[in-house]
Amino acid sequence: MNFPILSSLILLPSIGALFIFFVRSSNSQYQSSKYVALFITLANFFLSLYLWIVFDKSIVDFQFVEEREWISGFVNYKVGVDGISILFILLTTFITPICVITVNATIKNRLKDFLIAILILETFMIGVFCSLDLVVFYLFFEAGLIPMFLIIGIWGGERRVYSAFKFFLYTLLGSVLMLVAIISIYWITGTTDVIKLYELGIDAKYQNLLWLAFFSSFAVKTPMWPVHTWLPDAHVEAPTAGSVLLAAILLKMAGYGFIRFSLGLFPDASLYFVPLVYTLSLIAIIYTSLVALMQEDMKKLIAYSSVAHMGFVTLGIFTMTQQGIEGSIFQMISHGLVSAALFLCVGVVYDRLHTRLINRYGGLVSIMPKYAIVFMVFTLGALGLPGTSGFVGEFLVLMGAFKKNILVATIASLGVILGAAYMLWLYKRIIFGNLINEDVKKMVDLKRFEIVTLWLLVLPIIFFGFYPEPLINSIEVSVANMLDMNNLDKINKLALGE
Amino acid sequence: MENLQLIIPELFISIMIMFLLLFGVFKKNSSQLVYNLTTVSLVAALVLIINLDTQIKSSLFNNSYNIDSLAIFMKILLILSGIFVMLSSSKYIQISKINKIEYPILILCSILGMMVMISSNDLIVFYMGLELQSLALYVLASFNRDNLLSTEAGLKYFVLSALSSGLLLYGCSLTYGFSETTNFNQILVNTKEIEYGLTFGIVFILVGLAFKISAVPFHMWAPDVYQGSPTSVTVFFALLPKIAALTVFIRFLYIPFYELDDQWQMIIIFLSIASMVFGAVAAIGQKNLKRLIAYSSISHMGYALAGLSTGTTQGVQSSITYITIYLVMNLAFFSCLFMLKRNDEYYENIDDLSGLSKNHPLLSLSLLVVLFSLAGIPPLAGFFAKFYIFVAVINEKMYFLAIVGLLATVIAAFYYLRIIKIIYFDPEKEKFESKHNIGLKFTLVTSTFFILAYFIYPSGIIDIISQININ
Repeated sequence: MNFPILSSLILLPSIGALFIFFVRSSNSQYQSSKYVALFITLANFFLSLYLWIVFDKSIVDFQFVEEREWISGFVNYKVGVDGISILFILLTTFITPICVITVNATIKNRLKDFLIAILILETFMIGVFCSLDLVVFYLFFEAGLIPMFLIIGIWGGERRVYSAFKFFLYTLLGSVLMLVAIISIYWITGTTDVIKLYELGIDAKYQNLLWLAFFSSFAVKTPMWPVHTWLPDAHVEAPTAGSVLLAAILLKMAGYGFIRFSLGLFPDASLYFVPLVYTLSLIAIIYTSLVALMQEDMKKLIAYSSVAHMGFVTLGIFTMTQQGIEGSIFQMISHGLVSAALFLCVGVVYDRLHTRLINRYGGLVSIMPKYAIVFMVFTLGALGLPGTSGFVGEFLVLMGAFKKNILVATIASLGVILGAAYMLWLYKRIIFGNLINEDVKKMVDLKRFEIVTLWLLVLPIIFFGFYPEPLINSIEVSVANMLDMNNLDKINKLALGE
Repeated sequence: MENLQLIIPELFISIMIMFLLLFGVFKKNSSQLVYNLTTVSLVAALVLIINLDTQIKSSLFNNSYNIDSLAIFMKILLILSGIFVMLSSSKYIQISKINKIEYPILILCSILGMMVMISSNDLIVFYMGLELQSLALYVLASFNRDNLLSTEAGLKYFVLSALSSGLLLYGCSLTYGFSETTNFNQILVNTKEIEYGLTFGIVFILVGLAFKISAVPFHMWAPDVYQGSPTSVTVFFALLPKIAALTVFIRFLYIPFYELDDQWQMIIIFLSIASMVFGAVAAIGQKNLKRLIAYSSISHMGYALAGLSTGTTQGVQSSITYITIYLVMNLAFFSCLFMLKRNDEYYENIDDLSGLSKNHPLLSLSLLVVLFSLAGIPPLAGFFAKFYIFVAVINEKMYFLAIVGLLATVIAAFYYLRIIKIIYFDPEKEKFESKHNIGLKFTLVTSTFFILAYFIYPSGIIDIISQININ
């Protein structure tokens, strides 16, 4: 098949953005630019859905590979997907239209610019997940900072400037070392092509430093404790759509990077640094769960819970077992859906009352029953109740962890309990209790577009909770290949004394 | 005669200088006409240069004047920047009442000086070119003579620049003393052994050159001169002398002192690191846009020097690429500056930009692109400029330099972000005028488009530059 489907996926949102940019703006036409954006993002979603359907899940190799000369004799523009990246592309194209639907309620000024920012961001996000060249990956990875900086800074809350700066500078600082590492890889091996690098391998004596350089970038982006502090700020101040994109997709770039690059390119170093990652992940799971318990601001609570959930992800990846990595990927997809949904839920009540303080609410169940139902589903999804997608991910991760290290797995399991504690307590304080505040009584239940967006998220969360097969199926071969290729399985077995 | 054919562009510009001088004296009120004629003659000179055969390396006048691929590329760059500077600043000099006939003629003089510098292959020819451009620049800096800041800028630049020229000359004479020749190629032949006197010569020459491109610690003049000079001169300062000085840097380091790289490498690395870090840190507190861009250009020169410090052809090529992209970014930035005009008054403080995006969405978008590009964020051109530099630097295993340089970009990102914050996040102020002359608009649109679309075909410039051969 010669149709460049991946490049189309990458370019389509940008073309939409250009179109919106050049259409003359007047207030009445804001609506029409929204429809353009919605149309473009939906088209992109169906395109990626088509990609998933025609994607051959039984083949190990990267598929739909496109290669073009770019920087002559040095870097080629190369994109392609395997079973892992295709899921993230699907997640991206699924979440973005939902964000576009919600903009009406949340964005009061400069709607057109906001849509352009979101569309450009989608281009970069898809680019990250399908680039097969380190330089191209870096380009997309970093470029995403620009639209996100603007989204937080222009449409954010009170402390938006501080948060936008913190987000930008933290991430940039983390990434510069990765650039040094990428260029070093080029001089060591003579290529930055990921597929060739998989074949060539990188000399073990360089791996540790290179791994650390990549780690510094991914750890900030994940975010791992102790460099997670930008996340609560960015989440709290970003507009709803910005928080959703940040939590659902931008954070996943790092987890994806860990699998694709840290594990794929530096297997020896990854093995060497397992204790470090375990420690940081466990601290993230326990510590940030405790911090989340104490939050008074809903968005902050969910932001901290994101850090904890991403702790499970990093833990699972570095168990280097089939179950652990599959679980991590599943957890990332599930967290992408659940956290997006939770931020949308916060957005719903924020639009009505203009506060995110938990104690200003209470007793919503009697006036907003529809809201209470969907919020319940998402709360349960976040705490990993069996039957929701959150359970499958956490379960697989813990299974992988138990295989490798019982102590680590036990501590991580405590995190599940803490997760249930803060999520249920949050639910109790907002939905149940007495209806005290006068202005809360005036709140209306979900509007039509809110019902649509939230139920669109409920469906996959429950569906994949009961039937995770389609996702697992898609990643199974690629993960097995990843482990097989670097002899990680063998090393594992030796370590376990099998 | 054959020699003369190859320096037709220089001859043409010299003739135009004399012609325009006479023309301006005898025809009353002809300043605008002279200005336009200058622009036209620059275009003509550009055509003449492009017509020269780039492949043949020719040494003219007893091997003291070089027409090679480096010289031709740099001259094209120089004259192109000159044309764009003239196009963008014509309205400015009318409004600030500095539209005298001398203004364009002085610009032509300094461009001629720079062309001589770029082609020189001899200490004396080089110094002659340097003085020609400097003398014209002293006058230009203080051209707005009723303005206190402008006169201060001119005087300051004159005193400090004269001092550095003295150092440079001293270095040249030491080099001559120890190598018994003023010809660059002969110096290389005659200086196989390292002598202390020669090392001193190198140091003095490098100090003088570092002053010209305002590398730390010889940067003190830059902020004052950038701020004090009329903006049309500042943009000239920010672009053209840098091209000439960088070319001379390349020539000195890679022809006469090529074998002595262990002597100069540490100096260049120090200049580079100091400029990158100091430029980034010192710009944070600035309130005036021109002053800020002065520090920013100090920092950018640090990156260009980092490429030179590698001592490899690849490093030189990365520096040339860097300066090319730097020119475009600065041109775009100053074009935006020229557009901040209200009631015949130009605004140049950062606070004046407050809320610009609400009233002038397109102008703000250009500024956004330029500033992110200056900060080196992909996928804009500024990223590729830095990328090539670091590729060359890391190839030589100079990890320390690379990491310091990249950390400096993070610091620098902060003050670029601060401007973006003021443009996009702050409350709006009064509107600026939205009518601008076509030359200014053309400059801004071309340069912004270049920055924005560079990533589509990054090989274009690299392919041209990779044909430049120094030795």
